[in-house]
Amino acid sequence: MQKKVACSFPDEVLEHVFSFIQSDKDRNAVSMVCKSWYEIERWCRRKIFIGNCYAVSPRMVIRRFPKVRSIELKGKPHFADFNLVPDGWGGYVLPWIAEMAGAYPWLEEIRLKRMVVTDECLELIAKSFKNFKVLVLFSCEGFSTDGLAAIAASCMNLRELDLRDSDVDDLGGHWLSHFPETYTSLVSLNSSCLGSDEVSLSALERLVGRCTNLRTLRLNRAVPLDKIANILGRAPQLVDFGTGTYGADLQSDVFSSLAGAFSSCKELRSLSGFWDVVPAYLPAIYPVCSRLTSLNLSYVTIQSPDLVKLLRHCPSLQRLLVLDYIEDSGLEALSSSCKDLQELRVFPSDPFGEEPNVSLTEQGLVSVCLACPKLQSVLYFCRRMSNVALVTIAQNCPNLTRFRLCIIEPRTADFLTLEPLDVGFGAIVEHCKDLRRLSLSGLLTDRVFEYIGRYAKKLEMLSVAFAGESDLGLHHVLSGCESLRKLEIRDCPFGDKALLANAAKLETMRSLWMSSCAVSFGACKLLGQKMPRLNVEVIDESGPPDSRPDSCPVDKLYIYRSVAGPRFDMPPFVWTMDEDSALQVS
Amino acid sequence: MSPEKGKLLAETDAGGLNFEATELTLGWPGESRVTSDGVAKLGSKRGFSETVDLSLGDNKDSNKLGQFQINVPVPEAAKSPVSKAQVVGWPPVRVYPKRGTKSCKYVKVAVDGAPYLRKVDLEMYNSYQQLLTSLEDMFSCFTIRNYLNDKKRERVNGIEYVPTYEDKDGDWMLVGDVPWQMFVESCKRIRLMKSSEAIGLAPTTPTKCSSTSQIKKSCT
Repeated sequence: MQKKVACSFPDEVLEHVFSFIQSDKDRNAVSMVCKSWYEIERWCRRKIFIGNCYAVSPRMVIRRFPKVRSIELKGKPHFADFNLVPDGWGGYVLPWIAEMAGAYPWLEEIRLKRMVVTDECLELIAKSFKNFKVLVLFSCEGFSTDGLAAIAASCMNLRELDLRDSDVDDLGGHWLSHFPETYTSLVSLNSSCLGSDEVSLSALERLVGRCTNLRTLRLNRAVPLDKIANILGRAPQLVDFGTGTYGADLQSDVFSSLAGAFSSCKELRSLSGFWDVVPAYLPAIYPVCSRLTSLNLSYVTIQSPDLVKLLRHCPSLQRLLVLDYIEDSGLEALSSSCKDLQELRVFPSDPFGEEPNVSLTEQGLVSVCLACPKLQSVLYFCRRMSNVALVTIAQNCPNLTRFRLCIIEPRTADFLTLEPLDVGFGAIVEHCKDLRRLSLSGLLTDRVFEYIGRYAKKLEMLSVAFAGESDLGLHHVLSGCESLRKLEIRDCPFGDKALLANAAKLETMRSLWMSSCAVSFGACKLLGQKMPRLNVEVIDESGPPDSRPDSCPVDKLYIYRSVAGPRFDMPPFVWTMDEDSALQVS
Repeated sequence: MSPEKGKLLAETDAGGLNFEATELTLGWPGESRVTSDGVAKLGSKRGFSETVDLSLGDNKDSNKLGQFQINVPVPEAAKSPVSKAQVVGWPPVRVYPKRGTKSCKYVKVAVDGAPYLRKVDLEMYNSYQQLLTSLEDMFSCFTIRNYLNDKKRERVNGIEYVPTYEDKDGDWMLVGDVPWQMFVESCKRIRLMKSSEAIGLAPTTPTKCSSTSQIKKSCT
């Protein structure tokens, strides 16, 4: 008698079919179809993404997915990038590595973001995973180049080592010489964040020379300009190159060998680095500019005319990161040269100055939005904005998926009308129907949140600072934004009411951060008690929150859903509001 | 203060140098030396306009760094270098590197007529005003000029100094010409030039090109 009617395929066939399903969302859906699919799927899931390392425990993950080969973990909240999360908060990866060392001997890939990684972790990785291939440490900290030496020495199949934006204790360049002479598998190396003056150039050159599959190489500042030609000469197949220092006294022989080296890199599509640029050396890259799709000039402190000269050579550019030295005039030129632009990031050269030091206003952004129909992602720092400009942007760029605007002075009104910028941002969320990420700034009332709640149905991440008037603002967002996963708020007059009224919503989100708002300690306790599947953590460096009345607002609040219960690695300045936790403030 | 001359005084004081300033005493050069005309004690916060020595020409009531300022922040007279408390984490830019291991940019500072050099770390400052205030503190005996005490100054040098710097290309530029961050990146060393030498550097139009070329002409 046939037991299985609906699913008559053998398990192996189903497993083969599932192997074509890569996205987590689809995999999760597959696992919910029926018990047997759940079982089959969990045995063949190879890749895991955990957006909050405290949402689940290593043991739970291992128990459900015994054959994982690739794991991605994120630790600290995003605002940690701006020093809002005190040191020692958490995000330690060691417990994960320790458990996986035993459970996943065939683990190949580890990708971490904003986590604390020690040399001990790196050594453990080096000795536990025989087929280890990919290590990405994005904005991590806690380790030194000694740990990297251990990885280099042991991981014979390493393909990718990417330390982007990490805070590494750089003890000098000798770690590179720990790659054995027989090691040739490197495909991608990003050591651009290393800060020491020392780098072992000969080890680097030999490594580059023997790794013929190398596609990405991002050097750190210690590598001088006159060594670039030599390095590129050994790796003409590079697709993505980050220079070290790009400045030196101009010498024609150095220039010509540099230009020659760049010319022979026919596959080069992305350039970055360019510390200490001397403009006279920029033309050396002109031979590759016409093919460039990505250019990161965020360390380039040269004036607009020189920037424009360079950008005019790059008609294929899709992604540009640049300082505000480019000014409105430069962005205007960009908009006529680079019609394929998809992503633009303009960073402030003098973020803490009180007066504008460059002529960059909302006009620059508007001119790009008017002329570049493919624009999807914007990060823009400026000092003034108007509703009219925002409406123009919204109407001309309906395909925006990420819009992050930072008007440097908090609560800056529309400079033309002196009104709040509610209407402008409202237009953004109304017209850009696929908007997934939004950062607000300027003078904003509760109205902007009403628009966001009404229109921003695909919004996944919202960042708010110095905005709003009352709890109604927060309520609009929590009740209206159906796809919201991450909400981070600072210095807004949002209190208990909206939070408690929308407590259930918080379980559908990854996390909520609120700092310098008006949420009381009492409300935090209540939330912690009523919502066992939320971890409600109060961060307060000035002392235990229960030494003050319940009505006192908490300094910082971080709420996230979790099936692992409250965490056990909290520092003294973090308190959990979990009712059953022994670690709760008594 | 003891009137004895120190070992440093080899040459005669052709440029009106105050040799008392070079006497060997305990303490750093530039620290409060009580000169006989009762110059204000070092360390009291002065508004920027009072430190205008470090500028060219007739800037009696100007707050600017001479007429060459183009994109430099213009602080109000009474403001101290950081008048607003900086809000933590705002604007939301990542500050690299966190530990500050590589963020020091030391440049030598020479003052015309002074036998010693100082070094400053440009990364320690956020603006021209902060830098110049600090230079003024360091070389106070040479450059302090309080407008209120202007007429009283006979003995203490009434010499004005113009801050100039050598950039990456080897050109001598006026401090304040370019945006601050660009200055930090390109400055190799600083020289406080006597404004008597700097006269003739003043361009007729406040464009960067002309000021640069004029300085090139006169600096050997």
